[in-house]
Amino acid sequence: MKDTASLSQPVIEAKGVDLVFQTADGPVQALKDVNLVINRGDFVSFIGPSGCGKTTFLRAIAALEHPTSGTLTVNGMSPDEARRKRAYGYVFQAAGLYPWRTIAGNIRLPLEIMGFSKAEQEERTERVLELVELKGFGKKFPWQLSGGMQQRASIARALAFDADILLMDEPFGALDEIVRDRLNEEVLKLWARTGKTIGFVTHSIPEAVYLSTKIVVMSPRPGRITDVIDSPLPKERPLDIRDSREFIEIAHRVREGLRAGHHED
Amino acid sequence: MNARATVLPVLTVLGMILALWYAAAVWMNATWVFDQAERAGATVTWAEVIPQTMSQDRPLLPPPHQVAAELWQGLFGQAITSKRSLVYHAYVTFKGTMMGFGLGIAFGVLLAMAIIRFRVMDMSVMPWAIISQTIPIVALAPMIITLSSQLGLQGRDLPKAIIAAYLSFFPVLVSMVKGLRSPDQMQLDLLRTYGAGEAATFLKLRLPASMPYFFASLKVAVAASLVGTIVGELPTGAIEGLGARMLIGSQFGEPLIMWASLFAAAILAGLLILVVGFLERAARKRMGVPA
Repeated sequence: MKDTASLSQPVIEAKGVDLVFQTADGPVQALKDVNLVINRGDFVSFIGPSGCGKTTFLRAIAALEHPTSGTLTVNGMSPDEARRKRAYGYVFQAAGLYPWRTIAGNIRLPLEIMGFSKAEQEERTERVLELVELKGFGKKFPWQLSGGMQQRASIARALAFDADILLMDEPFGALDEIVRDRLNEEVLKLWARTGKTIGFVTHSIPEAVYLSTKIVVMSPRPGRITDVIDSPLPKERPLDIRDSREFIEIAHRVREGLRAGHHED
Repeated sequence: MNARATVLPVLTVLGMILALWYAAAVWMNATWVFDQAERAGATVTWAEVIPQTMSQDRPLLPPPHQVAAELWQGLFGQAITSKRSLVYHAYVTFKGTMMGFGLGIAFGVLLAMAIIRFRVMDMSVMPWAIISQTIPIVALAPMIITLSSQLGLQGRDLPKAIIAAYLSFFPVLVSMVKGLRSPDQMQLDLLRTYGAGEAATFLKLRLPASMPYFFASLKVAVAASLVGTIVGELPTGAIEGLGARMLIGSQFGEPLIMWASLFAAAILAGLLILVVGFLERAARKRMGVPA
């Protein structure tokens, strides 16, 4: 009992989370009764059609949105407190690098805001550039890099201040298949090396199954969780694991879950 | 585009302007020649008229070479400290322009910052800023000058700068409001996840994001500032500056002085825009914009 508790420390806990947006067309229920526990070191994917609230839930974890009812805690604190304690790095769909800063300058941005010393800024920038395999690109400007490299730089920026939780909102959605495969592999390596807890929004079934230890299937109107799948796949995952029987079975279950959500419309 | 490809069209247009100008000069100045001939009871042919339209002391429209000669004389024909030197007058105008330009930039940027920060400023100040630009500056300039002398301000430097700033703050204001608002929601959210405060958001994101807008507005602002300064030099009493020189030329029936001053002002405007363009390029290079 004690052992399992130390193995699976809850990092993010959602209990009965509701989130309603007030829009010009009246209230929109973005999240309804969301219950979820994410443990330390989990790689959790959120998958579902648009409007299912996957991004909204990720933003709520990062305190960019606020639940209208229910409780949401991060490291036992409110999301706002957790943000002040630099609990998460956030990666958006677009790299969103500042065109007027070099790659290194972009990675330094959070460090400058958080008041790290100059020496530490340098040291950390070097380290995360290496982590995302962009060593030597620090002095380049964003436009000199490909889309995939820019997204890697934005991941490096999210890693620079050592947040325990990495939240990624369809980070590779705009990239082509081949680049995406490569970056998925790299994200897994990164996750293995750093032991971070990762929340990952996607609408690609293979991506979700390939990456995750836990897959959260969601469906829209109102946004809610319809299935939570704990992946039996090993931590070590070569790309060709996608042809294995287990992989296909999980993918099938995810697809079923997504379809079930749609039938209720 | 290579230099050759731009030079040819520019020269062609220049040639056409000169040709039109000469034709207009002949046409307008001929009246005087015919009048003179009539008074003398003589008749003149066009072949005799044309040379006489090219070298009058007080032509209605001085031909290009006369203006060029007067301009050359004004710029290089005397000590630059002389009251007859166009360099001296251009310097006076330049000084006023720079003061107004600086004042206009400061006012425009500060106002834009306030408008971005306070919604109530956005709703209350912006309409007035727009209305301010609909008032003809020629009507306002004498009032500003009278007022400032009533307030006991010595000299014309300050009122001139205020008039110039009145014109030049507006493009800066409009561009800066747009520029400071240019960062999208995603970029603002990113800073929120870092726990960035308002000051950090402004300094790290809004201000650098607004720079392209800022520099684009400077070219308009510097030209507006020059116009403002010249208008500020027009009201009676001014004896220094290109504006005053133009007025003297027109009031004393010395069109050559007027035209030479006009071209001196044009050259000054060209130089100012060149310098601003150079600053813009240097800033863009520093901010990593591809050449």
